Amino acid sequence: MSALSDQLLVVAILSYLAAMVCHAAEYAFGNRSHIGRAASRPARELVAVGFGSSAVKVDEPPADDMPAAPSGRDRAALAGRAAVVVTALAALVHLGTLVTRGIAAERMPWGNMYEFVLSVTFVGSAAWLVVLSQRPAIRHLGLFVATAMVVLLGIAGMVLYTEVAPLVPALKSTWFVVHVSAAVLSSGIFLLGFVPAAMFLIRSGYDRGKRSFPYSLGRRVPEAAALDRLTFRLHAFAFPIWTFGALIAGPIWAEAAWGRYWGWDPKEVWAFISWIVYAGYLHARATPSVKRTTATWIAVIGWLTMLMNLFGVNIFFTGLHSYGGL
Amino acid sequence: MVSVQDPPVTSPRPRRANPVLALLRNSWRQLTSMRTALILLFLLAVAAIPGSVLPQRGVNIDDVDRYFVEHPDLAPVLDRLGMFEVFASVWFSAIYLLLFTSLVGCVVPRLAEHWRAIRSAPPKAPSRLDRLPQHATIAQAIGGAEEIGAALRKRRWRVAVRGDTVSAEKGYLKETGNLLFHFALLAVIVGVGYGSSYGWHGNRLLVAGTETAFCNTLQQFDEYGLGPRVDAADLPRFCLELTDFNAEFLPTGQPSSFRATVRVDNGAPRGFSVNSPLRLDGANVYLLGHGYAPMIRYTDRYGQAQTAIAPFLTVDGMLTSEGVAAFPDANIDPKAGSARDPNAQVAFEGLYLPTAPDQPPYTRSVYPEERSPALMLWAYRGNLGLDAGIPGSVYRLDQRQVDNGRLKRVGEATLLRVGERMTLDDGSSVEFLGTREYATLSIRYDPGEKIALGGAAIGLLGLMLSLTGKRRRVFFRVTTGGSSLVEAGGLPRTDYSGFAEEFKQTVEAVERANEEGSVKR
Ligand code: HEM
Repeated sequence: MSALSDQLLVVAILSYLAAMVCHAAEYAFGNRSHIGRAASRPARELVAVGFGSSAVKVDEPPADDMPAAPSGRDRAALAGRAAVVVTALAALVHLGTLVTRGIAAERMPWGNMYEFVLSVTFVGSAAWLVVLSQRPAIRHLGLFVATAMVVLLGIAGMVLYTEVAPLVPALKSTWFVVHVSAAVLSSGIFLLGFVPAAMFLIRSGYDRGKRSFPYSLGRRVPEAAALDRLTFRLHAFAFPIWTFGALIAGPIWAEAAWGRYWGWDPKEVWAFISWIVYAGYLHARATPSVKRTTATWIAVIGWLTMLMNLFGVNIFFTGLHSYGGL
Repeated sequence: MVSVQDPPVTSPRPRRANPVLALLRNSWRQLTSMRTALILLFLLAVAAIPGSVLPQRGVNIDDVDRYFVEHPDLAPVLDRLGMFEVFASVWFSAIYLLLFTSLVGCVVPRLAEHWRAIRSAPPKAPSRLDRLPQHATIAQAIGGAEEIGAALRKRRWRVAVRGDTVSAEKGYLKETGNLLFHFALLAVIVGVGYGSSYGWHGNRLLVAGTETAFCNTLQQFDEYGLGPRVDAADLPRFCLELTDFNAEFLPTGQPSSFRATVRVDNGAPRGFSVNSPLRLDGANVYLLGHGYAPMIRYTDRYGQAQTAIAPFLTVDGMLTSEGVAAFPDANIDPKAGSARDPNAQVAFEGLYLPTAPDQPPYTRSVYPEERSPALMLWAYRGNLGLDAGIPGSVYRLDQRQVDNGRLKRVGEATLLRVGERMTLDDGSSVEFLGTREYATLSIRYDPGEKIALGGAAIGLLGLMLSLTGKRRRVFFRVTTGGSSLVEAGGLPRTDYSGFAEEFKQTVEAVERANEEGSVKR
């Protein structure tokens, strides 16, 4: 089972890689107009993000009314649709990696860093598919999602990989399961939130007339306002879950396991920093005198603290949380 | 939602206002602005970073000591800046105190404002409803303003009917939730502060057995910390005796479960484990770790036998353990009186292997359980340096005494199995009797926990209300002219993309309710 899980991981990475290629192809053939138009349709509500929602309906943008290069557009649309299908397949295989890993270990698959990253990225991927099914117009961001998946899973597989092992006694706790699942869920959505945030910054730079890389990408991404709204939705959705997982359930478990609910262990410090930074983002966005780009930069900083949480803390520091070992 | 805007820094006021007061007032305004809150939040995040990069006294004091050794020039400077106690430092406290002051200054006026908003009627309808983001007309005779108001109330809108217009508002919970969240943050900080003032903790290594039992007094802790408001006499009285310790391991040596059994005040045995502490009245006992304490009997040259139960510290996951058994009262000549002989004290340095390998070298245990226990002993004789008044570690010999030759190695290191004995050059002998298990315990009390937890739970509730809530208004105007007509308008007051849909449904509901109403009439 454990070997199967490892093989599925390789398949998942290759599938995300394939999705990446399809998205890139869409870029290459693509033509700006239909993306812009699709993005300006009224955005719908973000529904609760759930697991296993890999069934994606690919709404095509409204009918053709642009005279420009129809053959290129068709090919682009085809590549784009293929990319979504491949991403969905990749997510399924990704889920398979997790499930087989969990079966092999006879527990939830988040007992060490490797499994944790695997779970977080799966949440990111599933959340992406859910959001995409709600707003097909953002499909172009898929290139970045797929790239991030390949990189993160690659790191997980090559740097963080650990053999299947049962949990150490300190991790056998209901609160631990609650804590980790909420942390996984919110981390995944925060990670995903970075995609529209970065695209928003690129797009608004492009709108201000910047044409150098990476602003040149802005030509192909949705409208700035839509990206900003999506960024906010994702962060506003993940923030309470993070609050619950990292700052409530975590301390409840820490009290039982270590005798104190908060001890400024490096991981706790960084969970706190992330929380404060994301609170700052929500604040900034609610303050009219703060520019949206400034607010979004704060979200990007939040994302960097999230990466620090996921990888950095375990690599650079030792503390009670460095349980998985590297 | 009023104080969302930064208050204007300058405001028109009489010219001869007291400049000090004006300055104070302006500073207060600045402090309680959203912008300042943002900056303070950012500072707080940045200020926390050194707390993860540098070792912290509150987390691991040994790491701090090591840092001092490794960076003898830098460490004292950092220490003066409070870098080893970031979260208790002046600058960190200053940031969060300012932040919370700002919070109070921001939230209290908003509370008053919100209180007023809740109790006052929704505002008058604008004169032109067709200018609002949402607009509809009902070209059908439905009831008057009162009926429309009733229909809206049923859908849980707050309604004001003024003549032929109806104003309705919904979503007050958003601001309620937001205020709840910010006040709950205050509750959390109060809980944390209360806990650190009135809480205490102590650590203790507890060896199994009656004669090694522990009672909850400061003298019996290996290490402790009391909150500033706690007196040694405030500690609850109880005694603990470790009666059993059960550790299970996987074939790889990874631990799979730990369970300690204790008797509290000679009562019935009670078990507890990692993740499920022993909860006593006024104190909780947490199981942090465990190890072995070899029992070593030394029979001196006068035939006097003494037994030491010496807890050894574990050095690896296979529970290879190191420690010292000291016999300062050994070799006291019974004829010469009862004074310690400073040249004939004895100590043994030991390396304990719960499962010794089959072949030498016997330096590492190969499994954490006691499958083939063996104790390697190095004997020392001379002055142990215990009377110098310098507190030493009970797990290590005083290295200075060894270096200056007052404490000398005797013979070769010898490996003893349980029950084996070795004889030293002076005819004295040492015997390895077996081991006892020990548990390392943390005993803690934090009265602020419940306040902090309650605050956090309420805060989470408020946060969710605030983030999901949407404030919006709808207006209806009944025009009783030649043709009876109702006009409706809607205004979302926060970013709310589903408002068009809700507005449509609301108008339809009002229409339907009044149709039914007119049938009844
Ligand atoms: C202890 C530090 C603080 C934290 C962690 C914090 C956190 C948050 C968070 C997470 C939000 C967004 C969620 C929501 O809308 O309820 C928020 C909103 C808000 N905060 Fe704070 N806050 C803090 C201090 C302050 C201070 C000092 C002020 C006043 C200057 C303030 C004023 C506001 C306002 C007005 C909103 C509403 C924004 C909106 O309309 O959505 N907060 N705060």
